[in-house]
Amino acid sequence: MQSLHIVSAYDEELQYLSKRIAAMGGHAERMVEQAIAALVTTDQDLARKVVGDDTVLDDGQREIDDKAILLIAKRQPMAKDLREIVGVIRISADLERVGDLAKNVAKRVSSVADGRQPTSLFRGIEALSNLALTQLKEVLDVYASRSVDTIGFVRDRDDQIDAMYTSLFRELLTYMMEDPRNITSCTHLLFCAKNIERIGDHATNIAETIYYIVTGEQMPAERPKGDKTDRIVIKADASPK
Amino acid sequence: MSDMNGQRQNWGRRALKRLRANGWLLASAALAVIAAFAFANLSPFIAPLAIIALVVAVAALPRQTELAATESAISSQAGFLPQLSAENLAAAVTDPLIVFDHTATVVHANAAAVSIFGGIAAGMSLPLKFRAPEMQALIDGILAGGASSQAIDYLDKLPVERVYRVTASAIGHGTGLYVLVFKDQSEARRIDRMRADFIANASHEMRTPLASISGFIETLRGPARNDPAAREQFLQIMQNQAGRMARLIDDLLSLSRLEMKPFLRSGARVDLRNVIENVIDSLAPLAKDSGLAIERNFADGALEVPGDRDELYQVFENLLENACKYGQSGERVIVSIAPGNKGPEPGIDVTIRDFGPGIAEEHIPRVTERFYRVDVETSRSQKGTGLGLSIVKHILTRHNGRLSIESELGKGAAFTVHLPTN
Repeated sequence: MQSLHIVSAYDEELQYLSKRIAAMGGHAERMVEQAIAALVTTDQDLARKVVGDDTVLDDGQREIDDKAILLIAKRQPMAKDLREIVGVIRISADLERVGDLAKNVAKRVSSVADGRQPTSLFRGIEALSNLALTQLKEVLDVYASRSVDTIGFVRDRDDQIDAMYTSLFRELLTYMMEDPRNITSCTHLLFCAKNIERIGDHATNIAETIYYIVTGEQMPAERPKGDKTDRIVIKADASPK
Repeated sequence: MSDMNGQRQNWGRRALKRLRANGWLLASAALAVIAAFAFANLSPFIAPLAIIALVVAVAALPRQTELAATESAISSQAGFLPQLSAENLAAAVTDPLIVFDHTATVVHANAAAVSIFGGIAAGMSLPLKFRAPEMQALIDGILAGGASSQAIDYLDKLPVERVYRVTASAIGHGTGLYVLVFKDQSEARRIDRMRADFIANASHEMRTPLASISGFIETLRGPARNDPAAREQFLQIMQNQAGRMARLIDDLLSLSRLEMKPFLRSGARVDLRNVIENVIDSLAPLAKDSGLAIERNFADGALEVPGDRDELYQVFENLLENACKYGQSGERVIVSIAPGNKGPEPGIDVTIRDFGPGIAEEHIPRVTERFYRVDVETSRSQKGTGLGLSIVKHILTRHNGRLSIESELGKGAAFTVHLPTN
């Protein structure tokens, strides 16, 4: 990481990029946290704040893209530097998407608030978001420490997130079968859960990018996806618990 | 923008320094130029031009001595700490403390910082690790050289919620070093949160038994006033419900006690074999009542992990109690301890396997949530509160451990606790 170039401004420019990524990461983590907090406590002011904060990430991504492209044009980077710069472009795009997903969750707060759902559902959403946030945090920590040898946890966590999402999906369907009046808010919650699960996927993408930056190789091939919601069917006579 | 200004200033300072360092050389060169021109009798304009060219060249070109000087400055900064035994001083501070330089690169992190935040090493960029917007602002602010000391509140939510009062200050004058000190404020914050949590969770869970008790009181005072048989039955139900409320309060209190305790690793080591033997002994009567045989399958060698004995005792007690309660039909429960190599770091795996009805796939990821019950009826009849596994998970998170659950309907369930050995 501490490789020095003849032109020290080059090092500074590279460092600046990774600092901007960290700042974007911090913002993205904060937005997800606050979006979930707003959803669980039906805090509409907080939700509006999250929606407004999204522009920070949009601007961040645009700035990083500009700077990175300028850097490629100016310095003609090779090998690790080139991977670093291309990686920065990819990571910023993922973080920007994370921000969009958090914003989308925040937007749904008022619609969910209309029909009050059982607290167990919100606890499930909270547990799912804790998994996704832990994933994001650990991945960004690896970006800081560059210790890719421990990156295997990402796959495990991804499996957990998928299992949790599958379980929530099933529970939400059950509530909808139980009482059609739940359908509006449960559908919104379903999208929220999906968005949170997607945040976990973006974190996994970032992990793969970091692995590529550091090692120059692609992360070992992925195992089959654990999201089994495509096969969930709940029969009309199934008794909800 | 401020970056660029800083750079320009830096450049100016460096140029001045070079001029100063090469003063004698410069002066003699200038003299030589003047002398040469005086004797050669050339145009008077060329002499000043030549001197200016000399000055600029000396100011712009870094010299070997200067590079060496920068290097020695860096090494003296690094050598500075042990010399004042500042490193030992930092190690003696129990609050996390991180020393960094003007590029926000970590120079030194004390043991508390490494153990709490993990993965902080010298040479790492600080803003990459502390990404929260207010932390970024704090680091930028102190480096921009405004106030000599600034403080903010920093909330670290995962894996265990912690709140710190973080102070950033410059160390001494002109050392180019800064320090971040983290003061744990979690306790005050947790009390607040606990109150909110308690109201949210407990009120809902308490209402059910309470509603049932008050319903029966009404019946006893009204229609069932003179019916001894019904009275006896109702009183029995009321007693059960009151017992349930008492258990709920006990569990909630033990959960909140856990959340109240500061998050500090004391360095004590716990012998898992001993803890688990004790747990098995204490639950032997329950196992006997349920008609279960507890089988041990312990590995040889040292089975020690760092941690809190009482907390780990509760983990295995809750797990084994669950196995006895819900695995009744299996006739046996196997407790095994083995060195675990599945996780990223070496550790010990403790597996408690029952042969009961098992847990359906869709419930597995969620059983550690508070008040989540796979089957409300069974849980009630087994006097469960819906908090046992959530306590287990909480303790394991504090110990850096993990809980994994494998189960198949009809084939029983295996709860594996993975605890790191260092």
